[in-house]
Amino acid sequence: MSSLTNEQLERYSRHIILKQVGGKGQEKLLNGKVLVIGTGGLGSPAAMYLAAAGVGTIGLVDYDVVDLSNLQRQIIHKTSSVGKNKVDSGRATIEALNPDVKVHTYQELVRADNILDIIRDQDYDFLIDATDNFPAKFLINDACVMAKKPFSHAGIIRFQGQTMTYVPGQGPCYRCVFPEMPPKDAVPTCREAGIIGVMGGVIGTLQATEAIKYILGIGDLLTGYLLTYDALTMQFRKIKIPRNPNCPVCGDHPTVTKLVDYEQPACDLRKKG
Amino acid sequence: MADGMKTDANVDITDVVCPMTFVKVKVALEDLNDGQVLGVHLNDGEPIQNVPRSLKDEGHKVLSVRKAADDTYDLIVQKNGLAQ
Repeated sequence: MSSLTNEQLERYSRHIILKQVGGKGQEKLLNGKVLVIGTGGLGSPAAMYLAAAGVGTIGLVDYDVVDLSNLQRQIIHKTSSVGKNKVDSGRATIEALNPDVKVHTYQELVRADNILDIIRDQDYDFLIDATDNFPAKFLINDACVMAKKPFSHAGIIRFQGQTMTYVPGQGPCYRCVFPEMPPKDAVPTCREAGIIGVMGGVIGTLQATEAIKYILGIGDLLTGYLLTYDALTMQFRKIKIPRNPNCPVCGDHPTVTKLVDYEQPACDLRKKG
Repeated sequence: MADGMKTDANVDITDVVCPMTFVKVKVALEDLNDGQVLGVHLNDGEPIQNVPRSLKDEGHKVLSVRKAADDTYDLIVQKNGLAQ
């Protein structure tokens, strides 16, 4: 018998009607566990769509507090949330959106010494890298390769965004494409460079789509591809990228065999307000 | 049930409207094996117009449709019957 209540049948009816989802697929989503690292421009829409979709366990990782300048794009937070912890603000939005979702919050920066524990905490099925800095992106990639967890990478800046999906054993990881950290201060962060507010909505929603497809086991993921989007020209490009057998972390003879905390660019280090 | 055919399960969708009509039938079918048959009790109008069509779209075979005296209908549906 289906374990779905009448209320759930109604809430998720537009999913259940889909041939690729059905009641069984909706049950998979309700049993699904996704960790969203970063509750900013990317993590806001990603977490909200996952919650609306009925992904039953959502983890939110963020050390920061809501700032007024976040609200132009970080739609999980409200004006009344300014000054509150982002994970608490995110939890409140998700719980109001869908009481079926269990939210787990981690009020911390991901680091080499905590990320595997966070992933193991609920044995998450899929991770979403919704962070805004390279040290976190390399750390998440390396941790997912080592823990054999699939994840969606994304990065956004100005009018551009990119995303790719890593699935263990099925294609390249982030380091196959970007082997090393860019030199410190070579790349501006969105604090310095600006970001069109809708960009996180487009790319973060694509990340949530990948998580949902992965849980359902349907369609083709962005494994082996980097998808780029330019909002000014409205061009999407899907660039084929091979796995690098010499990749420092997922290659045949990896040189990165333990997690490392790379140095944060100075402007990213902010004290909690 | 309808036409004296033995059904493996039955679902009454006279108390719901679109899209819950098809949702309830679909979830009931998921609990059956291919080839098993489901009895569906449904209303005239939108349900009888849409539910059989949606079932066919998903590969299920409507074996019979019978109208009852109170203007409701009874369908007999074979799970994935069009694929066999």
